[in-house]
Amino acid sequence: AAGMFLRLLADVRWRGADPKWRSVACCRSASGTAESQPVPLPAQAQVVICGGGIAGTSVAYHLAKLGWKDVVLLEQGRLAAGTTRFCAGIVSTARPVSIELKMADYSNKLYEQLEQETGVQTGYVKTGSVSLAQTQDRLISLKRIASSLNVSGIPCEIISPKQVAELHPLINIHDLVGAMYVPEDALVLSANVSLALATAASRNGVQIHERTSVSHVSVQKGRVTGVETDRGHIKCQYFVNCAGQWAYELGHSGEEPVNIPLHACEHFYLLTHPLKEPLASNVPTVVDPDGRIYIRNWQGGILSGGFEKNPKPLFTEGRNQLEIHNLQEDWDHFEPLLSALLRRMPNVEALQIMQLVNCPESFTPDMRCIMGESPTVRGYFVLAGMNSAGISYGGGAGKYLAEWMVHGYPSDNVWPLDVKRFGALQSSRTFLRHRVMEVMPLMCDLKVPRWDFQTGRQLRTSPLYDRLDAQGARWMEKHGFERVKYFVPPGKDLLDLDQSKTFYKPDWFDIVGSEVKCCKEAVCVIDMSSFTKFEISSTGDQALQSLQYLFSNDLDVPVGHVVHTGMLNENGGYENDCSIARLSKRSFFMISPTDQQVHCWTWLKNRLPEDSNLTLEDVTWKYTALNLIGPRAVDVLSELSYVPMTPEHFPSFFCKEMSVGYANGIRVMSITHTGEPGFMLYIPIEYALHVYNEVMNMGQKYGIRNAGYYALRSLRIEKFFAFWGQDLDAFTTPMECGREFQVKLEKGTEFVGREALLEQKQNGVYKRFTMFILEDHDTDMDLWPWWGEPIFRNGRYVGKTTSSAYSYTLERHVCLGFVQHLDEKTGEELVVTTDFINQGEYEIDIAGQRFQAKAKLYPFSSLFTQRRRKDEVELSGYQRE
Amino acid sequence: FYLTPPQVNSILKANEYSFKVPEFDGKNVSSVLGFDSNQLPANAPIEDRRSAATCLQTRGMLLGVFDGHAGCACAQAVSERLFYYIAVSLLPHETLLEIENAVESGRALLPILQWHKHPNDYFSKEASKLYFNSLRTYWQELIDLNSGETTDVKEALINAFKRLDNDISLEAQVGDPNSFLNYLVLRVAFSGATACVAHVDGADLHVANTGDSRAMLGVQEEDGSWSAVNLSYDHNAQNEREVERVKLEHPKSEAKSLVKQDRLLGLLMPFRAFGDVKFKWSIELQKRVVESGPDQLNDNEYTKFIPPNYHTPPYLTAEPEVIHHKLRPQDKFLVLATDGLWETMHRQDVARIVGEYLTGVHHQQPIAVGGYKVTLGQMHGLLTERRAKISSVFEDQNAATHLIRHAVGNNEFGTVDHERLSKMLSLPEELARMYRDDITIIVVQFNSHVIGAYQNGE
Repeated sequence: AAGMFLRLLADVRWRGADPKWRSVACCRSASGTAESQPVPLPAQAQVVICGGGIAGTSVAYHLAKLGWKDVVLLEQGRLAAGTTRFCAGIVSTARPVSIELKMADYSNKLYEQLEQETGVQTGYVKTGSVSLAQTQDRLISLKRIASSLNVSGIPCEIISPKQVAELHPLINIHDLVGAMYVPEDALVLSANVSLALATAASRNGVQIHERTSVSHVSVQKGRVTGVETDRGHIKCQYFVNCAGQWAYELGHSGEEPVNIPLHACEHFYLLTHPLKEPLASNVPTVVDPDGRIYIRNWQGGILSGGFEKNPKPLFTEGRNQLEIHNLQEDWDHFEPLLSALLRRMPNVEALQIMQLVNCPESFTPDMRCIMGESPTVRGYFVLAGMNSAGISYGGGAGKYLAEWMVHGYPSDNVWPLDVKRFGALQSSRTFLRHRVMEVMPLMCDLKVPRWDFQTGRQLRTSPLYDRLDAQGARWMEKHGFERVKYFVPPGKDLLDLDQSKTFYKPDWFDIVGSEVKCCKEAVCVIDMSSFTKFEISSTGDQALQSLQYLFSNDLDVPVGHVVHTGMLNENGGYENDCSIARLSKRSFFMISPTDQQVHCWTWLKNRLPEDSNLTLEDVTWKYTALNLIGPRAVDVLSELSYVPMTPEHFPSFFCKEMSVGYANGIRVMSITHTGEPGFMLYIPIEYALHVYNEVMNMGQKYGIRNAGYYALRSLRIEKFFAFWGQDLDAFTTPMECGREFQVKLEKGTEFVGREALLEQKQNGVYKRFTMFILEDHDTDMDLWPWWGEPIFRNGRYVGKTTSSAYSYTLERHVCLGFVQHLDEKTGEELVVTTDFINQGEYEIDIAGQRFQAKAKLYPFSSLFTQRRRKDEVELSGYQRE
Repeated sequence: FYLTPPQVNSILKANEYSFKVPEFDGKNVSSVLGFDSNQLPANAPIEDRRSAATCLQTRGMLLGVFDGHAGCACAQAVSERLFYYIAVSLLPHETLLEIENAVESGRALLPILQWHKHPNDYFSKEASKLYFNSLRTYWQELIDLNSGETTDVKEALINAFKRLDNDISLEAQVGDPNSFLNYLVLRVAFSGATACVAHVDGADLHVANTGDSRAMLGVQEEDGSWSAVNLSYDHNAQNEREVERVKLEHPKSEAKSLVKQDRLLGLLMPFRAFGDVKFKWSIELQKRVVESGPDQLNDNEYTKFIPPNYHTPPYLTAEPEVIHHKLRPQDKFLVLATDGLWETMHRQDVARIVGEYLTGVHHQQPIAVGGYKVTLGQMHGLLTERRAKISSVFEDQNAATHLIRHAVGNNEFGTVDHERLSKMLSLPEELARMYRDDITIIVVQFNSHVIGAYQNGE
């Protein structure tokens, strides 16, 4: 956190602080007053945390709880003096992303008992919160969140405007269509929460030093060795960057840069004097996303801020560009939010203004916080980028990070927050500045299925980008890479399509339908160049041996075979899901999902033996990938290569370098990631245009056309193919998603996760990946499923969907998701058997409305196999996007 | 006869155009924030033209104003064609090859320019094929020449100007079997146009000027005041160096007849221009082309007329003078305008008016609550008032429109006088030209943030 001092607010806020903490802290760290002599820093510690805001203190608190007590927390100014002190102090659990919801829920429960635990007044008041909807679409999005909250055990209801008026005396309800009420949301004095956490940590042995700033982190051989501060050096094994909006700079200050992509924006809220009849302390917090504002009770008056459409990013050039005390009130900038406030609460017009607070907040490129271990420096952990929800997430995020450090992995799937989802490509200041200008308004914008960021685009593209764009491609972005959603046929009204922002049937329905049809009946080309591609090779058989240990399937296959396998952790969970082609005795070509580029690289780097004869190379940029899907792919490819490509000559899961057209060295694999017949072509990029042109020319007589990822998605989901990052994560094992056949427990070598899988094989699994076909769902009229919808079995909640798509073949919606078996009385997890799955009546809850669904554990093989052998269908039972 | 303010506005705004470089396009960080342009006719039809485009195969943006004389044909042709010539001159060898191959095999061409056009800025459909063929010949020659050297912007600009003028001349000499086109190319060649073109790429600003339009940079001094820096030299009789140049290019015997009444050969105000083959071709060539040309040409006294003292053509060139300027953070905007503006306004006033217009919003003192007792309602009222004030003071959404309003309506005190504005704009067509010339203005706004970054990056 930063040292900023807005005296007025500070005095008010600090009035509630317990003086006892000071004495505790003083004797341990002598931080009380500036005059007193600071206690010297220790020469070494196990962990050094930089930043005394909510993130840093929460990490310290939880580390100490888990038994790590040799911890030093450094704060450049005073504890909880930065964003933490100035933020609005709202604890809100209404979060669309499941892991964020869990963090907020944990934080809420932690803060509730914190005063009792520490004796520090936290100002915790359970006021509840009301999120308002001015439009039907907004209400749908609230209903989706409400469904998700309810099944997570957080009380929540959708209420009418009239009920809103009963909850809050000041709200104008005339333009509302409904609202969501979360009674257990709370308010806290944010600085005091942070101080309470610090106090508890301090009692548990954590040393806290204020007025100590970290200049950089020392690194040797890719590992943290110590921290350089303005008061000397501390040797340490672990460093935790909790520097809030300064985290980016701190990350880049060392010799080995650690990329923490976040950027600060100014954030304004106003404080008023109390009302004549002061507001009751338990009146709920109001969130009016359509008006872009939030309003909470503040000492009998109100506190109201918001997320304007035209945010003001700052500190792009680093902190010294602008002194923080220059951050002034900007009333002209706040005017739209003030108007929204007066529209929502006309009666506060007569309230006297106390202050307009300008409190910078840091935002990240995807609106989710950043935590985890740096991919470049081992022992360097991060927790920052709270996107203005630092108080809501702080407690839970600190817990997960502490678990991560102590146990090697947190107790839940935090991949959506993992720092390794970003790479160096998101580290440009220009990119961050532009992206956060989009992200901040998005905090309030309505997000419909398949929304996409508009800024920071066209960074990574396939060499065919312009060509595809000219043919009507519509784009989405993944890990900076532009990928085609679908192709707008000539003559379609383009404007119309760009406005296909709906929770219902989207405008592209027929377009994607025709692409799917072409994949089924003729042949389509999908540019899938974004895939992460690695090559692993060695002089001897080191490559094979290492891979056999790191992957669960048997990779000792004849040269030219492609193996689909999970890269598992010790618990058997998927760290990655990939296909590996054996190019020669000693070299392998590995294809992983796009966003695995950093994670998979780090995983392998950290686990491959140090051996100069074993090389791992990222060749993602070297190859353009074209997916030729459809029954006529065989004909196109054999005509182009003068090589017979029929299954007799080129069986499925086969890989061969061959020439296509004039171009040589094309890696052709008989897989399509959809279960449809066809080939993946990995083309050295300089040949990409040539091969594409040849394929399109030759394909003409077979009815070839371009297709996009939406078609692919529909195809893979109707075939029950799971996709890593959406369906699969580090907490799902092959056994739980029907992929036992991809695990070779008896392949003769030990491999990571084998023990856990053996146990699952013997004892059964506690959740099961299941496919649901919606029965009474009207595609034209009903809300569409997306992901994250609760699944009910015989009326009881058993899990959530992970992805869904409309199947043009079945003419039904298909949802994929995990089913658990919880004991009705104790809530204990029980083994999920095939019978359990098959003998239930299922419903899927879409924004509060339940639709009957049929559960299946195997795809409709009969429906799809015209020309394929049975074992092939089973073999190909995997997918990624 | 009196125009109401809305009527005045509708006249002033009829041709206004704004383009904001998308800040978020994610592709390039452009040093240009955007531009405003506008034109006000005095001639009917207007003889000025303007163009603006983004180079798609190289970096940078092109903006230009073109002042036609003896008709608008030449200015129209130059406004359509010149940027293509410049863009092609800037292209690397490989791109040229790729484009040529695409044309050869009938494939879709890489787009070279993205135009930013007002709906009234038209392109001639009929001549596009002809123009394209000339352009293609040009790039084919560039391919054959393949110097292997990186393209210097200054050189590219000069080559493009000269080449286009040469092509205009050649097309008129060769003629076209299609009688409409034949007449068109002759009209283009016999009329003339000046050009003032800016190329902005990062911190590098090049201005190529031929004739008497002008480019001016608006600079904000440290104290917030505005000053003007010229980025072009007028090519006319007021420019001694230019007079000197013309005299050096012809025998001493002609010294007296070369410049008379501040005009070239006593006829032409600009000393450099596109077209105007009457000042470039030999007498024989002129006669031959006019005689073999269509009747309309023969009936036209102007085309048949040979300038007096016409001994050693050419007297006129389209070669531009190019000025390179490294942009600094204090360089806030660039004004390109035809002489219609500069006749009525001093450049210092132009810098001030545009500068204050562009930054005006920020000049209001920020509000601070301080220790005062202010209610939310009062604050809201105050803010709404401030916003209304901003929008009424700056009723123009376009800097070029704002400048034209001043150029036409300014009274002796330097403020816009509505009555004067109304009179000037309601002049009948035949009188308008006596009181004012066509005015065309482009105001380009720079992104100081980006330029500062370039500066630091060096």
